[in-house]
Amino acid sequence: MSDLVPTVDSNEPPIRIKDLHKSFGDNEVLKGIDLTVAEGEVVCVIGPSGSGKSTLLRCVNMLEKPTSGSIKLLGAEMTDPDVEVDQVRTHVGMVFQSFNLFPNMTAIGNCIIAQRQVLKRSKAEAIEIAKKNLELVGLGDRMSYHPAKLSGGQQQRVAIARALSMDPKIMLFDEPTAALDPELVGDVLAVMRDLAEAGMTMMVVTHEMMFARDVSDRTIFMDGGVIVEEGPSAELITAPKEERTQVFLKRVLDPTHIEDSELGQTEPD
Amino acid sequence: MSVLSSLKPTQRARLGTIASYVVGLGVLLFVLLTADWPTITKQFFNPEVAASMFPGIITVALRNTLLYTIVSFVVGSLLGIVLAVLKLTGGPLGWFAVGFIELFRGVPALLTIFAFAYGVPLAFGGNQIPGGSVGAGILGLIVVTGAYSAEIIRAGIQAVHSGQNEAARSLGMTQGQTMFWVILPQALRIVIPPMTNELVMLLKDSSLLFIAGATVFTKELTTFARDSLSTHANPTPLIVAAALYLIVTLPLTWLVGRLEKRLDPKR
Ligand SMILES: Nc1ncnc2c1ncn2[C@@H]1O[C@H](COP(=O)(O)OP(=O)(O)OP(=O)(O)O)[C@@H](O)[C@H]1O
Ligand SMILES: [Mg+2]
Repeated sequence: MSDLVPTVDSNEPPIRIKDLHKSFGDNEVLKGIDLTVAEGEVVCVIGPSGSGKSTLLRCVNMLEKPTSGSIKLLGAEMTDPDVEVDQVRTHVGMVFQSFNLFPNMTAIGNCIIAQRQVLKRSKAEAIEIAKKNLELVGLGDRMSYHPAKLSGGQQQRVAIARALSMDPKIMLFDEPTAALDPELVGDVLAVMRDLAEAGMTMMVVTHEMMFARDVSDRTIFMDGGVIVEEGPSAELITAPKEERTQVFLKRVLDPTHIEDSELGQTEPD
Repeated sequence: MSVLSSLKPTQRARLGTIASYVVGLGVLLFVLLTADWPTITKQFFNPEVAASMFPGIITVALRNTLLYTIVSFVVGSLLGIVLAVLKLTGGPLGWFAVGFIELFRGVPALLTIFAFAYGVPLAFGGNQIPGGSVGAGILGLIVVTGAYSAEIIRAGIQAVHSGQNEAARSLGMTQGQTMFWVILPQALRIVIPPMTNELVMLLKDSSLLFIAGATVFTKELTTFARDSLSTHANPTPLIVAAALYLIVTLPLTWLVGRLEKRLDPKR
């Protein structure tokens, strides 16, 4: 696994975000985010729906254009118009909630296209790397399948293999298991755990609290467009300090809590 | 009146349908019984006139109709892809594309073909265009097809899920690479049914080339039929030409229906 992660030969941390703001029209979704992710660090981002987690992740690789602030990836200032954003993105893999595989290509085709077009690798080399990564995610026997013929969990693992085929230095995950049937979640999380253990720098938006607690070094709790609390994952998830974090975690870790309060509200008096 | 108003709306609607069938059948019977059948047969279904059209109507006219249609469709569709991409990219070229599309969609195709058939040879020297004024007319047909298919293809591009664009861009692909390798292949699949429809329309619109004044060898179906009609002073050639159009268009229309069902994402 270790040959997966090329070393970053810059003194800058892989991700350094300073005072990031993002508005959609009048709606300010990110209200000043400061965040640094060190090399090899795995950071999970948790928080209620609409708190701006996806927007933050999408701003990191400029799929969403920040309104103001600074985003440095591998030392490159992404908000600087002179920086070749496409170039930097080749080092930053992204995995989406809805997989977003290219439906007109096979699993291996998905892993080859950007290697050929962007990195200009030879066909033989691209195929070899794609095969290696598909085997890595446990899909060596599904290489010539089209996405429509694969389960959700398999599709998401192809998506991870596709991103890894670019030899990224950073991996971004936006709720990679949220669209999966419960029995398929484990396979995807296992691949991500391997990746984390191999030393990949990762930023993971997730609702899987056990994954955050056990795999990530640090967890960030976001609410209303700000980072409310952050800390070592085990600490933040088992003993949160802020009340908002406590309320959120109580709700997601104990589903019966929601039902109780909802029942209480709908009960006639 | 009181009987009618006592009926339920669905019953009244059914009664209306029945009434319209009765009236239609009556008119048909009246025509069948009073028409001058020997004259009609001689005028519209005259076997000698029909026979005299063969084999030219196949070897020249139908062949040309298919040739002009296919050339216009292939080149016009490529033009449509370029226009659609330019329009979506925006900028000065985008505005050019919008102007182009709106102009040739807003003007009657006949007028465009007429303008090309006469204007292009005048502007560039008549003998230099392959096919002469018919060749120039085909340019007009290409331009019209480009404008119409551009809007179809633009809709197809926009129907591709935005996640596809994000996935490709996140891999470092440029906007152009993403369009060419990821978006267009999917968009073109989506537009197969409407583009096949466009092909049917184009096949029929190729008849507008009659305005270009074809020679013996460049005639397409409609021009051929019209010339036969004047030669024989008999409209049978129109019926023969119509039948030949139908032989080509009906299977295509059927195919569109099949494709629409097969590619329907809801199924
Ligand atoms: N493209 C957009 N245009 C307008 N508003 C947007 C856009 N994307 C996100 N928003 C808004 O920004 C806010 C934060 O959205 P975001 O997707 O970042 O939340 P999230 O924390 O990822 O939530 P979830 O857990 O549901 O995925 C929401 O109110 C959303 O409506
Ligand atoms: Mg989200």
